[in-house]
Amino acid sequence: MPGKTQVAAQPGWYTLDPEPALLGSRCGRCGTVAFPKEQAFCRNPACDGTDFAEVELSRRGRIWSYTDARYQPPTPYVAADPYVPFALAAVELAAEKMVVMGQVASGIDAGDIHIGDEVELVLEPLYEDEEHVYLIWKWRPLVAGILKDVSEQLVRAVD
Amino acid sequence: MHPWGKWGRNFVEYGVAAAQAALADAGVEWADIQFVSGADTIRNGYPGFVAGATFAQALGWTGARVASSYAACASGATAVAAARAQILAGLCDVALVVGADTTPKGFFAPVGGERRDDPDWLRFHLLGATNPTYFALYARRRMELFGATEDDFAAVKVKNARHGVHNPNARYRAEVTAEEVLASPMVADPLRLLEICATSDGGAALVLSSMDFARRHGQADPVRVAAVSTVTPRFPQAVIEMPNFATDSAASVTGGPAPTFRQSIATAAYEEAGIGPEDVDVAEVYDLSSALELDWYEDIGLCKEGEAEKLLRDGDTAIGGRIPVNPSGGLSCFGEAIPAQAIAQVCELTWQLRGQAGERQVEGARVGVSANQGLFGHGSSVVVTR
Repeated sequence: MPGKTQVAAQPGWYTLDPEPALLGSRCGRCGTVAFPKEQAFCRNPACDGTDFAEVELSRRGRIWSYTDARYQPPTPYVAADPYVPFALAAVELAAEKMVVMGQVASGIDAGDIHIGDEVELVLEPLYEDEEHVYLIWKWRPLVAGILKDVSEQLVRAVD
Repeated sequence: MHPWGKWGRNFVEYGVAAAQAALADAGVEWADIQFVSGADTIRNGYPGFVAGATFAQALGWTGARVASSYAACASGATAVAAARAQILAGLCDVALVVGADTTPKGFFAPVGGERRDDPDWLRFHLLGATNPTYFALYARRRMELFGATEDDFAAVKVKNARHGVHNPNARYRAEVTAEEVLASPMVADPLRLLEICATSDGGAALVLSSMDFARRHGQADPVRVAAVSTVTPRFPQAVIEMPNFATDSAASVTGGPAPTFRQSIATAAYEEAGIGPEDVDVAEVYDLSSALELDWYEDIGLCKEGEAEKLLRDGDTAIGGRIPVNPSGGLSCFGEAIPAQAIAQVCELTWQLRGQAGERQVEGARVGVSANQGLFGHGSSVVVTR
């Protein structure tokens, strides 16, 4: 990975800041937020707004539901070889009153998380090629994430 | 119908076989059909996108008028709606509705190419979110909200497998035990392989006509299509739906929660038919997963929210119970042949209302309802009565 440039796997959908955020749109007329960004027409049927501001969505939310992918998804998913299963979460953002999908941070299994757990947005590699590492947003559970960090430190301390 | 399976032949064959069976059943000649309504498939090249004309050509051009509909899993109901509207408008007397599919093995994948403006392509590329992962989100949610258990999900599969044994058009015709279901591999926690519908080949067809035409052709008491609901969701759609990355935001909307999309699908059908769920004798619902069947019990009004598990555990939804669901065996026994599936639901309800369902007959069935939902927001529900 050293020497490779880190880029977004889907440019314009999220910032690449140390504290990353998903980028949504806010309708200039009715205030409706959308992710991914609305470009042309407001999806609120009571609004005919056509001007949208880019807004950063809440970086934290709570798990609405979750699952995992035990079998390798078909292309265009770019899977590691050998395939590493991952968890997926649908996360409720309180301020936006919306639910946003994302993979769960690597190393955290479906068995480690619960509906209602608080999560935070992080960036992780999705796949890479010769020149680039393609970053994707993931949801990192605060409690399960800390427990994972501690256990890894303990393993290193024992080693 | 043409039996469901993994036959590996051209989808047109299944559609033509199903059409011929429907015409024979109705006692109508192909040359008499005035309108052909095809349900499209997107995985079989150009002929699949223009299925109405494809089937018409295969049966032999007659100059009949034609339409082709794509609405994902709801394609069949959309094709029924198109044909029914022609008849109700007086533009034709008799129509043929056909859907058929040939499917690849394994997970459904998006159509090829790199399409960064297509959420269906992007959800696979960016999230690796297959269809079963979305089904699993709903299943986990049921467990959390209503106390559904893995045993409940397995019991749905056991029930449907028992029904499907008696269906010659079903692909899987063997009983399974709850132990076998719970021992099958986990695909998307908490859903296991035997609880997720397969992808199948198959075809289904219907002949629809005006009441006058039916009577003139010796059908004194035909099954009637009392309603076809092809509703879209209402804003803000608060449940995450395949293939989306997010729900609508409800932040700028005042007032209480609106009915969910799945709730609104059958509600519209009941209103159009002038009946309520209490009038229903038999239902065919889209059990993409065993857990999703439980959601449908509530969404089509068979019980209140949170009571689906009780309905199942009491045996109410098995043949012989109070309100049998999926007497055909459902997707559980068929696997999904997308454009044929909503038509197949109506075929089953028709046989049930005629008393022709053999060992899977729901005694005295006079009112049936189907329900399903197409990707991106296509509702599908048909009420039939006799």
